[in-house]
Amino acid sequence: MSLLSPITNLAASIGFQVELLGSVLVRVGSIPRRWTLISEQIFQSAIQTVHVVLLVGLFIGMIVSLQTGIELARIGQQDQIGTIVAVSMAREMGPFITATILAATAGSSMAAELGTMSVSDELSALEVLSIDRVKLLILPRIVALAIAAPLLTILCDTIGILGGGFVANSQLNVSWQLYADSAIEALTDHASLIALPKDVYGGLAKSVVFGLLVSIIGCSAGLKARGGALGVGKATRQAVRDAIIAIIVSNYFMTWMMYQA
Amino acid sequence: MEETIIKLRDVHKSFGSNHVLRGLSFEVKQGKTLAIMGPSGTGKSVVLRHIIGLMRADSGLVEVEGRDMTRLTGKELSSLRKRMGFLFQEGALINWLSVGDNVALPLRENTDMKEAEIKRRVTEKLELVRIPGTWDRMPSQISGGMKKRVGLARALITDPDIVLYDEPNAGLDPEISRSINDLIRDVQQKMRVTSIVVEHRIPCIRTVADEVLFLEGGQALVQIPPSEFFNSDIPRLVQFLGPDASARASALDQ
Repeated sequence: MSLLSPITNLAASIGFQVELLGSVLVRVGSIPRRWTLISEQIFQSAIQTVHVVLLVGLFIGMIVSLQTGIELARIGQQDQIGTIVAVSMAREMGPFITATILAATAGSSMAAELGTMSVSDELSALEVLSIDRVKLLILPRIVALAIAAPLLTILCDTIGILGGGFVANSQLNVSWQLYADSAIEALTDHASLIALPKDVYGGLAKSVVFGLLVSIIGCSAGLKARGGALGVGKATRQAVRDAIIAIIVSNYFMTWMMYQA
Repeated sequence: MEETIIKLRDVHKSFGSNHVLRGLSFEVKQGKTLAIMGPSGTGKSVVLRHIIGLMRADSGLVEVEGRDMTRLTGKELSSLRKRMGFLFQEGALINWLSVGDNVALPLRENTDMKEAEIKRRVTEKLELVRIPGTWDRMPSQISGGMKKRVGLARALITDPDIVLYDEPNAGLDPEISRSINDLIRDVQQKMRVTSIVVEHRIPCIRTVADEVLFLEGGQALVQIPPSEFFNSDIPRLVQFLGPDASARASALDQ
């Protein structure tokens, strides 16, 4: 194995993913006809993941509240806990945590489903039947996750802020009223047309990108799976690993573009 | 004179250092059925995958209905494939679609046919492969033999001119195998298709084949009618088929 092979493999993998995204984009016109498949995928990826997002989101909000609240209490600034939890959840924690959960659930599931289809000749069968596998298999999954990710992120943000409020109220002696006022104030921008600050719609924009990344990486890993059950396992592992790396790397650049550039 | 529908000339194919096809050449005439026999790993399924365009030859000519498969554009290949059927070894049914939806898939995806007409044609094909009333069953709920029948119904749904069968009897008991062989023969007679069957079993070849090609070392050793094939005194054929192949084949005829 050449020393350069990891780099060439990465380049080939990214090239395949870009090509896959391109082939989905040229077929967006067929979204209305595929709505049944898209809604099935939304159900599989979002509805069946919602309880995990709620549970993890709740505890993330509680952790953020506790960690920041203890420090703020030392300098008598507990009234800022609502602001910090709300902004943290909307900007970063909500989109990131939701995307990571989707990578582990929906992304791995996509890689396993398509990988199994690949090793059992189902994808070859579609090819010999002249059936467009991008329209039938890939487009519904990618569109579904691009829709599901921001919806789940809103839920994660909301439950995280509520969890943070519970900790602030029960352990840091901050009243619900004070917490809620500071959280709502932080998430309101009267100067903006939709009365929401960049923290909220920036976070939702990130979640759409994360949804696309998770689904494209999951689908491409599945399509390239070879070699029976071992190959499917490898594709699934690769899909989760690559998606999490892609989420973190893209998160940095999006944050940089939104708040620094 | 019968037209040549499938033609391979000096086809070579390697997978890494494994040189599987080494100058394979043969032809199949219109309406005829060629059985391909040979030891495991000699590239029988690889031959079918070249003909349907799932694989490309390293060199040589693969021609279907006079068109070079290696030079077709994506659209031309797709158009040609719509007139071809392929039965995979395990059926290759889409596991999240029911039996009926699997068979209906090519019509739903590639045509503007009304749902009522699709249902009529799928029902007709399920009857042809002798599994009527199974529309709503899922692939995980049916036996291996039934999966092959569903795969065959799906391969035939567009009324193809050419059908390729990859080991249609693999993993089936003799009784089910007989019914699959009869089914292949019925399809030949009713739909007048040109076929290639990759198969090891003597009864299948006796039932369906007009000619038998023995693949050895990536080349065609012989391409002759089944009666000559099973009575051949070519040492390699005698060794492969066993000393009593002729008697077994004759017994089947009676």
